Amino acid sequence: MNDLGFPILSLMLAVPAIAAVICLYVPASTARMVALLATLVDLVLGIILWMNFDIGGAQWQFVESAPLFDRFSWALGIDGISLMLIMLSVFLMPICIGASWQAIQTRVGEYMAAFLLMEVLMIGVFAAQDIFLFYIFFEAGLIPMYLIIGIWGGDNRIYASYKFFLYTLLGSVLMLIAMFWMVNEAGTTDIPTLLNYDFPVAAQTWLWLAFFASFAVKMPMWPVHTWLPDAHVQAPTAGSVILAGVLLKLGGYGFIRFSLPMFPEASADFIWLIFGLSMVAVVYTSLVALVQHDMKKLIAYSSVAHMAIVTIGLFAFNRQGLEGAMVVMLSHGLVSGALFLCVGVIYDRLHTREIDRYGGLSINMPRYAILFLLFTMASIGLPGTSGFVGEFLSLLGVYEVSSLVALVCTTGIILGAGYMLYLYRRIAYGDLTKDDVKAMPDLSAREMALLAPIAAVVLWMGVYPESFLAPMRNDITTLEARIARAKPEGDAQLVMGAAPAKAAEDHGGDHHGEEGAH
Amino acid sequence: MNYSLWFQLIAPELILSVSSLALLLFVAFGGERVTKLASILSVTALVASSAVALDFLTGDGFSEGADAFYGQYRMDRFGSLMKLLIYGAAIVTLIVSPRWMEARKAMRGEYPLLVVFAAIGMGMMVSSVDLLTVYIGLELNSLAAYVLASIARQDERSSEAGLKYFVLGALASGILLFGMSLLYGFTGTTSFIGIQQAMSDGISNGALFGLVFVLAGLAFKISAVPFHMWTPDVYEGAPTPVTTFFASAPKVAAIALTMRMLAEAFGGMGDVWQQIIIFVALGSIVLGAAGAIGQANIKRLLAYSSINNVGFILIGLATATEAGASGAIVYLLIYVAMTLGSFLCVLELQDKEGRAVELLPNIAGLSKTRPGLAAALAMFMFSLAGIPPLYGFYGKFLVFDAAVQADLLPLAALGIAASVIGAFYYLKVIKVMYFDAPTDVVATDRVAPERMIIITLLAAFISPLGYLLSAGIGYYADDAARALFWAL
Repeated sequence: MNDLGFPILSLMLAVPAIAAVICLYVPASTARMVALLATLVDLVLGIILWMNFDIGGAQWQFVESAPLFDRFSWALGIDGISLMLIMLSVFLMPICIGASWQAIQTRVGEYMAAFLLMEVLMIGVFAAQDIFLFYIFFEAGLIPMYLIIGIWGGDNRIYASYKFFLYTLLGSVLMLIAMFWMVNEAGTTDIPTLLNYDFPVAAQTWLWLAFFASFAVKMPMWPVHTWLPDAHVQAPTAGSVILAGVLLKLGGYGFIRFSLPMFPEASADFIWLIFGLSMVAVVYTSLVALVQHDMKKLIAYSSVAHMAIVTIGLFAFNRQGLEGAMVVMLSHGLVSGALFLCVGVIYDRLHTREIDRYGGLSINMPRYAILFLLFTMASIGLPGTSGFVGEFLSLLGVYEVSSLVALVCTTGIILGAGYMLYLYRRIAYGDLTKDDVKAMPDLSAREMALLAPIAAVVLWMGVYPESFLAPMRNDITTLEARIARAKPEGDAQLVMGAAPAKAAEDHGGDHHGEEGAH
Repeated sequence: MNYSLWFQLIAPELILSVSSLALLLFVAFGGERVTKLASILSVTALVASSAVALDFLTGDGFSEGADAFYGQYRMDRFGSLMKLLIYGAAIVTLIVSPRWMEARKAMRGEYPLLVVFAAIGMGMMVSSVDLLTVYIGLELNSLAAYVLASIARQDERSSEAGLKYFVLGALASGILLFGMSLLYGFTGTTSFIGIQQAMSDGISNGALFGLVFVLAGLAFKISAVPFHMWTPDVYEGAPTPVTTFFASAPKVAAIALTMRMLAEAFGGMGDVWQQIIIFVALGSIVLGAAGAIGQANIKRLLAYSSINNVGFILIGLATATEAGASGAIVYLLIYVAMTLGSFLCVLELQDKEGRAVELLPNIAGLSKTRPGLAAALAMFMFSLAGIPPLYGFYGKFLVFDAAVQADLLPLAALGIAASVIGAFYYLKVIKVMYFDAPTDVVATDRVAPERMIIITLLAAFISPLGYLLSAGIGYYADDAARALFWAL
């Protein structure tokens, strides 16, 4: 139990779960209210959680455990990393419900129930302390997402829903086999214990690959990313937000929670696999994004590129890389979520995602244009926005390991600027030539209420990232110490061997300079 | 000789035999009028037998089990647990059958009796520890089943199903009997434990042949690949309540019999039969999944699904360990709930004239017209596919865990990867119900309360709530598995 005197994590799971059941039985308007209320209650609970989180205290806090089941137990608990991702989920959920307020008119109760179920499962994934409980939450997310895409999605929704489901299922099942092996070997299902168990190096390779199959698909990494553009394009706006905002973080969370600390040697062995795929992803998907005509597809491809920055940061094996990867995840969750909302705003007005159908929106939708610009810049990684902090740290981290990887991945920022600014130019600038575009009203109060909080947090994270880094600092330290024994030798350190501490600092400085020059 | 003890041990079968014979006379003299009463009395008899089996399972009196009739029959916790499952499935069948059969004028007094006869046979199958008792139990069950398959005499498909089942079933029985005779010839005994002892210092070629033939015959009964061909035809042709029965109770009995034979008669020969079971298991998983993809008839689809699920259960058996057997038992239990639930949902699908709706395209948009039914069927489908958090996942969880513990990693990896193929067609059913535009074929006013109650109960069981029962189920399954491996 914790200082609060009640099992807050279970409560956070119970509130949306109960609300989901209620939503199935009430009329549409009530269902919307119930869903909004439940997600707001969860947000408040999340804030209480954050306020009470003891930074620098025990590694695992708010721990609760009940041996309810035969082979595994209802064990929940969070560290700083989980806390931040839970905060991201509970922050985005009310926004998702708000985004669907008018866009969804059919089967509202079931829709809201599916979203609330998603929330339960996402919080569950981040809070689970039992490896099988984690798997159940991790896998169960397929069901509501399949239904969300399939029932409320676009024209090609059936293909997209199948692809999403089968791709991610195939990725995950092998992980289950690996989990069985680990539990048999270590004799426990408790994640904190498993984190400190040293698996034989020979077995680590196979275990790592099994986990990789799952997380790479979820992440998604090139070349198994192809489900993402389809799923994003066909999903309703709120579905895309939750997909980009939280579901893509499951892969990164998996790497940081399982692959790295449990199999440090194997992670080091496969570092070039990760770097290779990530480099391809950054360059290739950015180029693909550049030629898209569909707004959602463009942002989907940009997500793949951003997630590649996460993976290189994670596998840099140093503090900057790990912290950077976490901030990129948080930042991308907010920014891509906001970008999908921005797309949703104009999609609701014109019912097309074709970029060429728009143009000149800064004239008749100034407020929209400003917010869209902010998120565009945040996506590019402009200093002062959240995107900069994460990408800078990640690239700095990976620079210590390999300057080549850093070089290639940094081009992603230039390409990112390319496709995002190009998108922005085509949508917001130019003349208002089309009559239907001319008739589009600016943001409504509801839409402002959805986008403004995200904008505030994006700036907060950009200006004072310490608020978000502080809870994670100890956990990153623990993780860094855990994987230190397998740390690959970086080329940067080889050159600067004489005075490592100072050299690293100088590097940071230089790199910063380059960054500014873009 | 201790007849009073022996009769006590076979009490479940005894109750059923006496009451079914009495009912036979009753129906013969009572005619059409007493059909309903015969159903009710049959259910009562089954409930009474279940109560006895439950007492054997949970009571301390026979916790170690006991043999009867000079080692022909064994009452133990494994048998009692399996009997509970079998009788439960038979009871559900009898409760849901009358409404459906009467609407098609196929309900006759002998119908409940045949179900009870089959249940007696199945009870013997799961309790027998001698080849002769095995065969008698198997045939008692099969003969009743052949008649049940063709009970809708006016329906050509039903007669065809009965004939096919009979011809192929007789062939399988022949193969089984041939294997048994070889075993007897080369070991000099028909008792399981005797066979095990005779083979304790190596298996002779003749006995090996016997083993293979016996396994082939059993594979037919559990509809495992490569002896599965009859299943889709029989499941499709037989009246749906009968199919419900076929997919549940006889499956349990045949799998339980296979388990007992492998664990006891061939207990020391794990390395000999393991590869056969692995082959059969993987074949069933893959073919069961692949075969279902093109099916438009829900009953055929569920037939392939049962082939697929048998494959997963066999993975538990392939480990030749107690953990594997326990996992297979839990899987079997969950499978019975899922399969009964899905078939009950199919029973509920009728058009406005009361005709059965069996084609997948005709249930398009069911989630709009019958949201509750669609949700239940969707849950059963996700559960059959083994997607967490539904309870069907737990069965797979246990058998694959056992396979990993037994170091059968390639089997586990292949099997679980193949389960993704299966997910495809389960998703198709959900897609049709939820994503497609409604066709309004399924009537909304033909709701049978007794069916819906059972569906609700089964859906609650396979929902995440089921996990709360897993500790209790696991306890009895472990007990049953221990009883199975007592001789090793």
